[in-house]
Amino acid sequence: MRPLRRRRNQGSRRCPLDSVRNILAIAGKELRSYFASPIAYVIVGLFALLFGWFFWVFLRFFVDQSQRMMMMGGGGNMNVNDQMISNLLQNAAIIILFVVPMITMRTYSEEKRSGTIELLLTSPVTDLEIILGKFLGAMALFVAMLLVTMIDIAILFRLGNPELRPILAGYLGLLLLGGCFISMGLLMSSLTKNQIVAAVMTFAVFLMLWVIDWPTDSGGSTTRTVIGYLSIVKHLDDFTKGILDTKHIIYYLSFITFGLFLTAKSVDTERWRG
Amino acid sequence: MTAVDDVSFRVERGEILGFLGPNGAGKTTTMRILTGYMPPSEGRATVAGFDVFNEPIEAKRRTGYLPETPPLYPEMTVREYLDFVARIKGVPPPERRDRVTGAMKRTHVDDMADRHCAKLSKGYRQRVGIAQALIHNPEVLILDEPTAGLDPKQIIETRDLIRGLAGDHTIVLSTHILPEVVRTCQRVVIINKGRVVAVDTPENLTARLKGAETMYVQVDAGGEEAGPVLASVPGVSRVTASDGRSGRGGFEVESDRGVDVRRELARAVVNRGWGLLELRPMRMSLEEIFLQVTTDEAPEAAAEPGKPEVSVG
Repeated sequence: MRPLRRRRNQGSRRCPLDSVRNILAIAGKELRSYFASPIAYVIVGLFALLFGWFFWVFLRFFVDQSQRMMMMGGGGNMNVNDQMISNLLQNAAIIILFVVPMITMRTYSEEKRSGTIELLLTSPVTDLEIILGKFLGAMALFVAMLLVTMIDIAILFRLGNPELRPILAGYLGLLLLGGCFISMGLLMSSLTKNQIVAAVMTFAVFLMLWVIDWPTDSGGSTTRTVIGYLSIVKHLDDFTKGILDTKHIIYYLSFITFGLFLTAKSVDTERWRG
Repeated sequence: MTAVDDVSFRVERGEILGFLGPNGAGKTTTMRILTGYMPPSEGRATVAGFDVFNEPIEAKRRTGYLPETPPLYPEMTVREYLDFVARIKGVPPPERRDRVTGAMKRTHVDDMADRHCAKLSKGYRQRVGIAQALIHNPEVLILDEPTAGLDPKQIIETRDLIRGLAGDHTIVLSTHILPEVVRTCQRVVIINKGRVVAVDTPENLTARLKGAETMYVQVDAGGEEAGPVLASVPGVSRVTASDGRSGRGGFEVESDRGVDVRRELARAVVNRGWGLLELRPMRMSLEEIFLQVTTDEAPEAAAEPGKPEVSVG
């Protein structure tokens, strides 16, 4: 095996504006291809439907509960934010777990299968610009997905007067969670030509990260803390309760960065393997 | 696995270079290295003076590439697709519209501008692929099998198109079809099993292979005897009966390079009292040359040893 040489800094001679332009061009292309196929509509539609169902279930439950409280003479102590929205958003996270692999599975796999990856990799754009473009494209679809659920939240505002800030915090949490899933999904898609394989692997990794803190009852307290910290949903709890903790934000942001970094490595090694 | 080993050649500005070799010879690999899709493990490739490995962005900016399968996005219309390619190739926004229309005109796909790429015929796909390669007006065009899978009429159109692009652009095209090289290229690199076997103009290649001259000789008598008689002429290296048996009187006479044996052959035949019915040099078709060059074990024209170096434009 001959020694492999490393690449010199790819973007040494360009201005950042070019970079932004390239990233946006690729993000735009990604977004367009989502909406050109039924994928985007199915995903957004299904998510809205399931979210709406959960919304209705939790709303009824909440109303029942508060009526019962009223009859028992307690009253006034029920909080929509704590007792309904928090649960709703945590359940939304589960739907996201199922939906994101469908968003990311084609990002790289499809380009590799159809050969369009050759166009991207022989164009004057860096690997990082391609990855960020794809990430932003998927994020845009994800944001569209979340925006549709705002309809339900708007209904809630018509019916009562929940606090806005905790809701926004919760949505920020979902956004960051989605970012983690998407960065991991990109990585899985960059590893294979087969979309189904990419989707299944992404799903498996998510699920693993989801349940990793289940056995925390056993083991020492250090192990418990470490494993608990790794669990991807644990960090969502505070967000859904309306608490913005930098600890969680840093966790999610570093997760996203790490996922994108691994994707960059994967794309680069793919080059060498041919 | 080494797909290409020690491939070195230069392409001059404005030239059309043909890259000729059987399937699996390493044409695509070489082109992928030239376009920066794959890194070389050894050696250097420069495009318009820029090293494709060390200055990939500068090199890619000056390269247009048509891979074996045109890299189209099925869900985009031709216009949308070309606009996207123009963006990522760094065409400045104010020029983009003109470039897209210009590229569509040059490749005659403007009548399909608003058709989805998925619904294009093979010929149109190929032409959109070429339009895509020249949208940013690159100095160097690299076309991998641009006529593969086209029908004869489309092949002729594509060749005309490519010839029309030379001059403004330096073109490297690969093919495994010989007539294509003769009709379109000014220079040919013949590659086999990942090695360069010969680099020359199509005419020179013909001449060089004719170096070992072959004459066709037909005598009306002599029968079995004629062969040995012809072989005894000084300068003749080999005589074979051209129809498989010597009774017919037709022979292929091979002689050393640069030695004209026609006079001696004629004298030998006439001295025996036989009639000389025919005596003519045999011209080899490129097809035969190709077979010969690529099946030869010792590549005579392989570049001098050293690091492989490829430079275009």
